Amino acid sequence: MSQAGREYRGRPEPDNAMAVAQSDIADHKSQLVRDLQSILPAESVLHRTEDLAPFECDGLSAYRQLPMIVVLPDTIDQVQAIMRLCSTAGVPVVARGAGTGLSGGALPLDNGVLLSLARFNRILDIDADNRCARLQPGVRNLAISEAAAAYGLYYAPDPSSQIACSIGGNVAENSGGVHCLKYGLTVHNLLELKVVTVDGNLLTIGNRALDAPGYDLLALMTGSEGMLGVIVEVTVKLLPSPESARVILAAFDDVERAGEAVAAIIGAGIIPAGLEMMDGPAIRAVEDFVHAGYPTDAAAILLCEVDGTEAEVAEHIDAVTAVVEREGATDVRVSRDDAERALFWSGRKAAFPAMGRIAPDYYCMDGTIPRRHLARVLKGIYALSEEYGQGVANVFHAGDGNLHPLILYDANNPGELERTEAYGGKILELCLEVGGTITGEHGVGVEKIGHMCLQFNDAERDQFHAIKAAFDPHGLLNPGKAVPTLNRCAEFGAMHVHNGELPHPELERL
Amino acid sequence: MTGTEDLISALRERVAAAHERSTPLAIRGGGTKAFLGHPVDGAFLDVSALTGIVDYQPGELVVTARAGTRLAELETVLAEQGQMLSFEPPHFGADATLGGTIATGLSGPRRPWGGAARDLVLGTRVINGRGELLHFGGDVMKNVAGYDVSRLMAGAYGTLGVLVSISLKVLPRPAAEATLVQQLDATTAITRMNELAGKPWPLSGAYWETGELYLRLSGAERAVDAARDAIGGDVDDDPDRWTRIRELQTPLTAGAEPLWRLSVPPAAPLADLPGDQALDWGGAQRWLVSDADPATVRDTAEKAGGHATLFRGDHDARFHPLPDAMRKLHQRVKQSLDPAGILNPGRLYPWLDSAR
Repeated sequence: MSQAGREYRGRPEPDNAMAVAQSDIADHKSQLVRDLQSILPAESVLHRTEDLAPFECDGLSAYRQLPMIVVLPDTIDQVQAIMRLCSTAGVPVVARGAGTGLSGGALPLDNGVLLSLARFNRILDIDADNRCARLQPGVRNLAISEAAAAYGLYYAPDPSSQIACSIGGNVAENSGGVHCLKYGLTVHNLLELKVVTVDGNLLTIGNRALDAPGYDLLALMTGSEGMLGVIVEVTVKLLPSPESARVILAAFDDVERAGEAVAAIIGAGIIPAGLEMMDGPAIRAVEDFVHAGYPTDAAAILLCEVDGTEAEVAEHIDAVTAVVEREGATDVRVSRDDAERALFWSGRKAAFPAMGRIAPDYYCMDGTIPRRHLARVLKGIYALSEEYGQGVANVFHAGDGNLHPLILYDANNPGELERTEAYGGKILELCLEVGGTITGEHGVGVEKIGHMCLQFNDAERDQFHAIKAAFDPHGLLNPGKAVPTLNRCAEFGAMHVHNGELPHPELERL
Repeated sequence: MTGTEDLISALRERVAAAHERSTPLAIRGGGTKAFLGHPVDGAFLDVSALTGIVDYQPGELVVTARAGTRLAELETVLAEQGQMLSFEPPHFGADATLGGTIATGLSGPRRPWGGAARDLVLGTRVINGRGELLHFGGDVMKNVAGYDVSRLMAGAYGTLGVLVSISLKVLPRPAAEATLVQQLDATTAITRMNELAGKPWPLSGAYWETGELYLRLSGAERAVDAARDAIGGDVDDDPDRWTRIRELQTPLTAGAEPLWRLSVPPAAPLADLPGDQALDWGGAQRWLVSDADPATVRDTAEKAGGHATLFRGDHDARFHPLPDAMRKLHQRVKQSLDPAGILNPGRLYPWLDSAR
């Protein structure tokens, strides 16, 4: 069966060979269900179509596939037994956390077991002295900071889906968030992982010290999209909560000037806790939606958050204000309290759902570029918008050059979907042209597997496959994701959001 | 430019030929870190001519330089733009290169706050054990396309690939800096360092040796002033204090006696081991000058939740041993990048290539 790109949309049509083998498949499945039921309680093994349906997609809902079987283990021993069984039987396994991923990394396989870690949802230990937390992989990102708050500590990476996304998934995707420029990605905030290998062994990678002996397998595991092992425990670093944080909202009548202001802030020696940018169409859609008080006549706004001690924040607020005024900001506001800070952020955080107000569907891109090419890439994005006849609104993690252009379309109009996909592909190619990457934080999954062929050459992709084989010689962990095979290097995927709705419309998306 | 390409081609050919014949290569840059790990019995593969900053965009906070670039030269160029390598790498000699710095993965006193060598690596160009030139990561801050092979190179001691060039995140130098000194015993110092690190003070160094705790503050002027007044202690105005700490040139860490590096959770109690200890990284990195039995040192570090490296001294196993399952995985990872086991064999662990 094929696992790439468009084949995933809708139910796959069984081909003749599969039809002939239907009874064999049914026998194979019922045997596997029986074997799994010998490891797990009956209610932890789902195999009827109606029970499987909730697992048919993750946050990238355009790609759907019913798994053959879903298992919901409660203990590491059970995960090990499941992996031993599947390994022996040659059955592929896809691990799944909260299912909020945006690149289809947890998309099931029709011949595979979907291993849900949803029941691993306990915070095992908060070690305030050593400033770390030991967590089961299903613990929600935000729950870590909530639990650590009692000690004046927090967990820094804050992907916008943080009220729902799980720490295991964050590790698998190396998730970012608004604060990565200053505080790093998931990889910078991990100490230890417990991982079940494809053949059921339990490995401890890392420790509670700041480094571990041997190769940095902690870095290799982070962002490996479930291809190398099943994460069953995560120990993260906790940081002291900043004493103070304030946001500056600066408006510009020219997008290029806003881009120059970003460079000037960094050039002034300040690393803001967050530095975000939105263009005119995004500002107007958002303002209409959440009434954050954004200036709707602006061509672009910057949101710049600084944090630290009271004294540090005061000094940086003065400095950033001076910089944006010098760079020609038409309107500059500084949050006076936490309520106003939340209000300034509310618009940015509602950017994705707000698109639903101005177009039935949108397609979110995730390229990263060197920031100095921002004006060139933006112009390219606008020119392509004209060329393809599809509107676009831009939101950026400006501090680290991570772009999220949102292409607006209506899937009900014949041809728009195809034009949007082609347009999106051109944007990713533009990112590569200026020395960027096709994915800054959403991962490759199935969505961008085609574009991996553009970013890496044959030898590089072969090296990735060799590393994968070092962990998983028979390719049973999440096959078909993250790294394309040679003959798969043609398909291009896309994220499609129908009627402005993500599978978790209640979540903020950045 | 053509000169560099020729150099890279020549290196690739030598690696490919060594792969073909299974003859070991000993990668060498400035030679300043040759004392770390085990000597390699192989033909020298000299990368010290592979020099130069390929691209430096201060506004992007990214620098890309070739592996043989002198670390001191790179730091000078960054300083001219008011920037720095926030992991504060030790040099261990004027000839230290960027490649050796990343290959050994060492970080200085700023590490708990400024990140480790591997944390700042954004991308690498490497020659794998088959002689292929591969590019991983990139020169942007966020990049999740493909496995993170670049960070895997950090601390691998050249056993997984020959570094050709490295892209690093750089950071602005702090506007102000001050060092305080307080008189404390080791156990009280461990408590004090962790209390301070648990609060949002602008710390960038915390080091204790023979009764004196040094606390470095970095950041905005007003923040450093406020923290200095609140934390208390005498102001230490020795301009080379942190360089000597970084370079292991303090009264305790300089010298020729066996020197152990203990990497432990920062609040771990003072290890009950013979010899003298210094505490760096706010307690997370401890230097032990001792003739203690290696097994005892390792056991103590492991029980504290960390590991121990014989940083200086003679022993046939300088790095902390790994459990069986991790050994096998290391061997397979090594094979995936260097199938013939020709890159720095034995430098890290003698058993890395024994699966062949």
